[in-house]
Amino acid sequence: MLELFELPAWRLAEMMRSGKVTALDIVESVLERIEERETELHCYNEVYKEEAIREAEEIDRQRKAGEDLPLLAGIPIALKDNICVRGKEITCSSKILRSFVSPYDATVVQRIKSQKMIIIGRTNMDEFAMGSSTENSAYGITRNPLDTSRVPGGSSGGSAAAVASGEAIVALGSDTGGSIRQPAAFCGVVGLKPTYGLVSRYGLIAFASSLDQIGPITKDVRDAALILGVIAGKDDRDSTSLPVDVPRYEDALGDTLDGMRIGVMEGYDAEGVSEEVVSAMEEVIEIFRTIGVDVKKVNLPYMEYALPCYYIIAPAEASSNLARYDGVQYGMSEDGVGNIRELYRKVRTAGFGDEVKRRIMMGTYVLSSGYYDAFYLKAQKVRTLIRQDFERAFENVDVIIGPTSPTVAFSIGERTANPISMYLSDIFTIPVNLAGISAISVPVFRGDGLPVGIHIMGKVLGEMDILRVSYRLEQELKERGLYHGV
Amino acid sequence: MEYETVIGLEVHCQLLTDSKLFCGCSTDYIGKEPNTNVCPVCLGLPGSLPVLNKKALEFALRAAIALNCEILPYSHFYRKNYFYPDLPKAYQITQYDIPVGRNGWIELPYSHKRIGITRIHLEEDAGKLVHPTKTGRIEHATYSLVDYNRAGVPLIEIVSEPDFTSPSEAKEYLMELRSIVQHLGISDGNMELGSMRCDANVSVHKKGERLGVKVELKNMNSFKALERALNYEIERQIELIESGGEVEQETRHWSEPERKTISLRGKEEAQDYRYFPEPDLLPIYVNDIMLKEIKKSMPELPADRRKRFVSMGIGEKEASIMVIEKSIGDYFEEAVKYFDDAKIIANWILGDFLGELNKAGMDIWDSKVKPSQLGRLLTLIKNGTISGKIAKKVFSIMFSTGEDPDKIVKREGLVQIVDTSEIEKVVDEVLRANPDAVESYHKGKVNIFNFLVGQVMKATRGKANPNVVRDILQKKI
Repeated sequence: MLELFELPAWRLAEMMRSGKVTALDIVESVLERIEERETELHCYNEVYKEEAIREAEEIDRQRKAGEDLPLLAGIPIALKDNICVRGKEITCSSKILRSFVSPYDATVVQRIKSQKMIIIGRTNMDEFAMGSSTENSAYGITRNPLDTSRVPGGSSGGSAAAVASGEAIVALGSDTGGSIRQPAAFCGVVGLKPTYGLVSRYGLIAFASSLDQIGPITKDVRDAALILGVIAGKDDRDSTSLPVDVPRYEDALGDTLDGMRIGVMEGYDAEGVSEEVVSAMEEVIEIFRTIGVDVKKVNLPYMEYALPCYYIIAPAEASSNLARYDGVQYGMSEDGVGNIRELYRKVRTAGFGDEVKRRIMMGTYVLSSGYYDAFYLKAQKVRTLIRQDFERAFENVDVIIGPTSPTVAFSIGERTANPISMYLSDIFTIPVNLAGISAISVPVFRGDGLPVGIHIMGKVLGEMDILRVSYRLEQELKERGLYHGV
Repeated sequence: MEYETVIGLEVHCQLLTDSKLFCGCSTDYIGKEPNTNVCPVCLGLPGSLPVLNKKALEFALRAAIALNCEILPYSHFYRKNYFYPDLPKAYQITQYDIPVGRNGWIELPYSHKRIGITRIHLEEDAGKLVHPTKTGRIEHATYSLVDYNRAGVPLIEIVSEPDFTSPSEAKEYLMELRSIVQHLGISDGNMELGSMRCDANVSVHKKGERLGVKVELKNMNSFKALERALNYEIERQIELIESGGEVEQETRHWSEPERKTISLRGKEEAQDYRYFPEPDLLPIYVNDIMLKEIKKSMPELPADRRKRFVSMGIGEKEASIMVIEKSIGDYFEEAVKYFDDAKIIANWILGDFLGELNKAGMDIWDSKVKPSQLGRLLTLIKNGTISGKIAKKVFSIMFSTGEDPDKIVKREGLVQIVDTSEIEKVVDEVLRANPDAVESYHKGKVNIFNFLVGQVMKATRGKANPNVVRDILQKKI
């Protein structure tokens, strides 16, 4: 008998509708699971236990009274600790924001609340989403539920670990260079980075504004489609939000891939990509060939410049976005300072962790007068070339597949001393953010090994394509015993 | 040795939009409880995002058109990064390489000199620091408070070319600029309340030599202050050069109470603002349809209004004065509805009325005299009910009480004497009482005639019609 916390949201929603379970049953199952595993894993910075129970009871009462409830009403959802919830503390896993309570709801939170989903807690992350292992949190590391000696990936490591362990049914993360997809890959769950502008950023605490997107982390592709449907859509409070109608993403979950052209990224087997990742990729290519899909190699010549390009643009924007944390208005402050400069220095020295400081310094440097043209402007040009690379490739294929990350989850502490080795973990995911396109990571489980994330990249607003392909892949993996879920 | 001066101005005007530049908060912040006119966006709270107020863009475009600027079809916002407690995001959203408009000009109303406009761009205002001490000055405070009510209010910055050669030209420009934004209805241009602010760049050089080092002046909160500060600074720079010193490139603060400029920061302390394109906002596209709409709805500008006033029979100088103070021009136009001689109205407004207003430090629309009442007063003169001299007295009462002129004239018994026999009687008396004057008049001292008119007027307590008095006196002398 499966526990409720192991099930995907769509199954639980069906069970609630047919009266087999109540929202309270689900919330209690998840809370028990949290009780059981949280001390070791540390997925959450805060769990809203009492409120979750209260809300579940209210939903059950409404359902009993015959009220027409939204599909996902009563499903517990975890939010990364950089998405604002009215009346709740929000920290970005940084000391500098400690005790800051948001006076407003992010747009995605409003949408989740309007669906009557239950926010179960805020999840741990790399400080200000800067990192790939959730080791850069001021509140302690998160462990990978599949192997607790390893990292869950990052920066949305808490969200991915929560979904993978059953400490949440679904979660939201944010993805600036891979922060949804890479932890999803490491924890063996599904992570989707929507097209830039599809999901409102209003209420997402900014890391790099031109790259950030909120997206779902779920147990399977169907859940990813459902949650995306909840959070996507034009928002007047985000100027970069796209004026598009949101399709029914679950309609993409058919079986056939007729007419679908799949590209395979050249270089997925390059140096630095681990043996198990390469063989998983080959197995997946073989699966697509077996079911009769046209698979061809795709060359993206500018991809090798993506990492340096990203490490100019993202820190530049971050250095500006994070300048507001100065101890004047909110969050951490310091007493006994003589003047305002001293306050800034003291607060920012004590409040930010090393990685955040490193990126603020890099960003400040590349924007400085005399360096702007050589770094920031050049990086913007390279960014355009990368976008054009994808545009050209998508003339011939509908999606492009590759690995999500060059390796499976690495050990805790393995890469903290060497920032470059840490940055390389996102080498395959970063180009997607630079180009603003859509992508999803689907896990492949083989034997006793850790899962490998398969990265399926789509066009701008190509969410229907990537969902269609990833869903079919998921079905094929299930049939071949390469699937971990229910 | 003769010196020449070069001055350029940077003027900020708050726009009269209903809401702030990037959020829905009101722009009407003055007098509100601190930090009550705010929201997550203008407080720069984590996660909040700006959305451009289209009205503010329209206002900026109106200004750019009025200043004869080239309108850029594409522009965008930048972030200007610096730390200061009144700046909630630690960056100001402003424009940088591509402003809304550039390469414009305006013609000064008196000197008719053409001044170049380098650029005009949109940006957001900062909050306000309050230093809780008796003096209100930062150097006396042990701590400061910040009020974000003003943060995010839309501003346009108008940068002039360094085309001014004297402080009075700079002042003339600033007054004309104020009149333009007032006529456009995009700003109230109030320097005292800070809705119009002005920084100046000023340098001096010996005639025929290359340009001097420029100094930036801040904190001139009135037209007078601007003129004073520039005069002071020019003198300071000349004295410095004359005594063998060198002018340093720096920013100086004008202290109105001390009537001097004080060094704020030198060149080496100049900040690197690390400008980069604001990723939270989309580029601004101005299309022809939008421009056409705005051009169609452009109100009459000061230059055209001056011409129209002149065509109504008013002197060029008088017209300029009335237009440069938009409220006076508006008052004038209202008064014209009640009295059909524009020139007489203008003379009254610019004479006695303006005198009283200046004494009281008051805007014309705040006075108790309504345009209809002024028109009525002038009608009373015209139809001979009162003399011009009596009218001055009546006006003075109107100014302090707001009563109708008819009521005052009646109560005070000021109706003009029209009965010529009565005036003749007084003339006879005056001639009898001043034989010496009559004699000198006949000896050729014709100026003494006015003295005799005055005596008659005095005897009638000003109620006699001076023209009638003249006629009778002429006959009888």
